[in-house]
Amino acid sequence: MIQFAFKRFALAALILVVAVTVMFLMIRAVPGDPVSIMLGPRATPELKARLIAEMGLDQSLPKQLFIYFSGLLRGDLGVDVFSGRDVTTIVFEQLPHTLKLIFSAILWSALLGIGLGCYAAAHPNTWIDRAAAAISVSFIAAPAFVVALLSLLVFAVYLQWFPAIGVGEGFWDTAWHLVLPSLAIGLSWVGYIARLVRASMLEVLGENHIRTARAFGLSERRIVGIYALRIAILPVVTVIGVGMGFLLSSAVFTEIVFARPGLGKLVIDSITSRNYPIVMGAVLVSTALFVISTAVADLINAILDPRARSGT
Amino acid sequence: MTDIIADTSKSRSELAIIIAGVARDPLGLIGLIIVGSIVFSAIFASWIVPYDPIAMNIPDRMQGPSGTHLLGTDQLGRDTFSRVIAGGQVALKVALPAIFGAMTIGLTLGMIAGYGPKWLDNFLMLLFDTIRSFPTVMFALAVVALVGTSLQTVVFVVMATSIPTYGRVARTQTLTLRNSEFILAERAMGASMARILGVHMLPNIIGVLAVLAAMDIPTVIALEAGLSFLGLGVKPPTPSWGVLLKDGYALIRQTPWLVVGGGLPIILATLGFTFLGEILRDVVDPKLRKNR
Repeated sequence: MIQFAFKRFALAALILVVAVTVMFLMIRAVPGDPVSIMLGPRATPELKARLIAEMGLDQSLPKQLFIYFSGLLRGDLGVDVFSGRDVTTIVFEQLPHTLKLIFSAILWSALLGIGLGCYAAAHPNTWIDRAAAAISVSFIAAPAFVVALLSLLVFAVYLQWFPAIGVGEGFWDTAWHLVLPSLAIGLSWVGYIARLVRASMLEVLGENHIRTARAFGLSERRIVGIYALRIAILPVVTVIGVGMGFLLSSAVFTEIVFARPGLGKLVIDSITSRNYPIVMGAVLVSTALFVISTAVADLINAILDPRARSGT
Repeated sequence: MTDIIADTSKSRSELAIIIAGVARDPLGLIGLIIVGSIVFSAIFASWIVPYDPIAMNIPDRMQGPSGTHLLGTDQLGRDTFSRVIAGGQVALKVALPAIFGAMTIGLTLGMIAGYGPKWLDNFLMLLFDTIRSFPTVMFALAVVALVGTSLQTVVFVVMATSIPTYGRVARTQTLTLRNSEFILAERAMGASMARILGVHMLPNIIGVLAVLAAMDIPTVIALEAGLSFLGLGVKPPTPSWGVLLKDGYALIRQTPWLVVGGGLPIILATLGFTFLGEILRDVVDPKLRKNR
């Protein structure tokens, strides 16, 4: 187990290193010098010279890469061109907003999806099973930002049931502000998770250890809810882990639509103002989040189902 | 030579069988109809649109849906319905070349990874994993920030982010085929690597990738619309569905029909291609039935 965890995280670290290098080279490969691009129209010769020295651009490429990596290891993502503040501080100020949004979305959609999936698997081919199947396929297709815009139009502008913008203050107000954004992100996941759970549940219910549990006379509810779910939930864990990138992408749009603070808003604002270090910092942090969550999903899988350890 | 001719006629009848198979399923039929009408309206857009989609007409601005303007007009008096139809053209213009490019490159790299030496395989797989480790939209935003917004940027981003998926599938297929008897026989006869890959393996891999491509189109359409919505994709006045959403969002209280006009086609298009892709997958290769 420990060995598996070690190997998995080593791979994650390797991927991150390559990802950072790719991004670093991408910046250098762009025509024109990076300093002018970063500074944009603000570029004065003094500012340029200072930035070149700060970023070590007068050094050789491998040396630059080394400087960049050693900065990263100290948690240094560079400095905001405008305010001179640490990019790390700025990014981590916004990150909680995005995480709150993502986790609220995945929480409600996973609970509903798992419930629906279990019910559908326990009662296959009933009308509720078919309805769930039809709804899942239809909702899987709906891109989050379109759902966000349409729900904003219907529930915030016309019906005025929910606030249109901002994050709110205090627990209930915050939760109230989260409803529509979290609906937009989670909607496509409900049907997806339900379908996944139904399929794996049906498979698990046919396995030997469930037959044994039945032979011991355990109640059906206990079998489905505890013994089978433990295994049947595995694909959901993987999918959420791998889906982190997808969730982050949806969050970017949803934050813009509902004018919420967060990583997405930060990146878009920084692109508009050509505040380059912030864009790179935010992209790096979200990539790291994605890589780590994939690795963690694999680990949880290995803990819940010992068979998965040898598999990967 | 003869077997190549026989092959094309065989694949043509196979195509007919596949389409018939898809149409037999109700979901597949709905998908075919939606996708068919989108493609049709994109091809014949210039005959269908009642007004020039980019011609401004300030006196008629921000009018609600009516007989003269089916879906109303925007803040510059442009006819929304015409822009929706023309937007379909833009969506396909981005999606098709991007997916075709990604499929070709992914296929080539995947076959090389599957057939070539082990170190090359490891290197390519690490590269694929790395590209997949960027959240798509974040990667897109990084590229847009670097090289600026344009149709080509969107196509490039889509290509770069989907190559790994095609590459991985092509590699797996190649690995499976690699030790099959007909390939071993071909190798024993001294066929070159190019011939083995191009003539014998390619036809066995392309079907799976085509299904993948059909299922990929909605993602690409949504990404283009999303970037255009953020003002980072297709440049105005080009009528993309995302641009419609952007204009509608800015004036959501005054011109809500823009949000509906831009949003519904995206949902319909994703629905149509998803249905089509799912059923196509079941028809072409039932073994592929897996999740998403």
